[in-house]
Amino acid sequence: MKFLISLHINPAVLDALTDDEKAAIGAGHGKFIEALKSSGELIVTQALVDPSQAAVVTVRDGQPAVTDGPFLEAKEFLGGFYLVDCEDKERAIELAAQIPDAAIEGLGVEVRQVMFSDGHLEA
Amino acid sequence: MTAPDFEDLLRDLTPQVLGTLVRRHGRFEGCEDAVQEAVLAASVQWPEEGVPDNPRGWLVTVAARRLVDQIRRDHARRERETATTAAEVVPEEVPDTDDTLLLLFLCCHPSLTAASQTALTLRAVGGLTTAEIARAFLVPEATMAARISRAKQRIRAAGSSFALPEGAEREERLRVVLHVLYLIFNEGYTASSGSELHRADLAQEAIRLARMVHAQLPEDGEVTGLLSLMLLTHARRAARTTAAGDLVPLAEQDRSTWERDLLDEGTALAKAALAGPELGPYQLQAAIAATHADAATAEETDWAQVHALYLILERIAPNPMVTLNRAVALAERDGPKAGLALLATLDGDQRMAGHHRLLSVRAHLLERSGDRAGAYDHYRRAAKATASLAEQRFLEARARRLRAQ
Repeated sequence: MKFLISLHINPAVLDALTDDEKAAIGAGHGKFIEALKSSGELIVTQALVDPSQAAVVTVRDGQPAVTDGPFLEAKEFLGGFYLVDCEDKERAIELAAQIPDAAIEGLGVEVRQVMFSDGHLEA
Repeated sequence: MTAPDFEDLLRDLTPQVLGTLVRRHGRFEGCEDAVQEAVLAASVQWPEEGVPDNPRGWLVTVAARRLVDQIRRDHARRERETATTAAEVVPEEVPDTDDTLLLLFLCCHPSLTAASQTALTLRAVGGLTTAEIARAFLVPEATMAARISRAKQRIRAAGSSFALPEGAEREERLRVVLHVLYLIFNEGYTASSGSELHRADLAQEAIRLARMVHAQLPEDGEVTGLLSLMLLTHARRAARTTAAGDLVPLAEQDRSTWERDLLDEGTALAKAALAGPELGPYQLQAAIAATHADAATAEETDWAQVHALYLILERIAPNPMVTLNRAVALAERDGPKAGLALLATLDGDQRMAGHHRLLSVRAHLLERSGDRAGAYDHYRRAAKATASLAEQRFLEARARRLRAQ
């Protein structure tokens, strides 16, 4: 079963962390990625640039327009994700709990099952 | 022999040869490499020089030599010339026992997750490449390769005995093997997520493997039942979706498109399975599928029999999903109110809370009882809860139909 584990970050919360705390998060993700790779559960993981760099694209009357993002008026933004293929939802939740963000107040880790997959190009 | 004949022969022989080697030498990974090299040698030499009289013995001999070479190489920690030419091969006499079962027991080792068991079974017994398995499960090849390699490590770490288990353990392990084959079949039949409703190759592969097990254990009622269930389900595959990919429920399927020969074979096996001394879940599910196969139209279905079979299934293998299916049969036999009353008994079950199947069955029975608002609400909630795109489209269409009437 495929699940998207999305990481919702709050830039203010991240800014308030000490350098040691930030380094621990990075190391935690590194360890998590290695474990997922060797268990054969990782499909892909990506991290996104700061939400201030987002461009919001709209098309009105056929005319595209671009404004500065982010689109959502929120404190939390999508910061990155893990796409995993694992046994069941319980396992996905168990994996999500190993992500360092889950232990930090103000950062959110969310698990949702994938409903549609495509884009695996055949060799 | 033509090229496809060679391929079929090698495909059938590979798991037997691998099983034989594993039984003799242990070292699952090493044996697998050695057998692959032997198969490669055969696919080059046999088309030119002809198939040896004893092809299995030939493969066992060549693979065993490769394995010994490999072990020596590992010990010596240096490269060695390992060429083995066909001229040297004197095929040994291998006893006429099929070691496929042994290999299946190993691949379905209880220390592995179901995802790893299915992957390893398709790789080692089914002979699919890692890339093919990855494609079937819609994951990158590297992900599948890591999963298979981890599974082999686990088997090694579990200190698995490379002999056929016996007695009660054998029974237990056989149930796991059957469950894995069932999962492979289901993965091919209805994708657990995604838009593709049929991944026929996996279903066909599961049937092929079930046939192999059945050939080894023709007296086992559950093995027969599982093969029967697969055939009866597979026979209906063309009727299950429209050309546009939309789901067609059993009652509305065009039964003339059900494949007669598969139905006949499946029904005969279901009958044979039921004749045995003990009844298991696959036998009963096969009997239910055979009852549906027996009805020329949905109206002619013997719902009393379907209900009776679900009742027995519920007793020997209690499970809320079985109760849910029994509620459908009960509603057909005694009317929607009876079905809804049985569904109500599932409301307290944690396993079923918010489950899309409970919501959609309740929607269907509410619709039949004339509660259109309740049915609409439940179809919509079921559509939100499912992880299958095809099912979601179907449930939304049912909700729309209620609004349009």
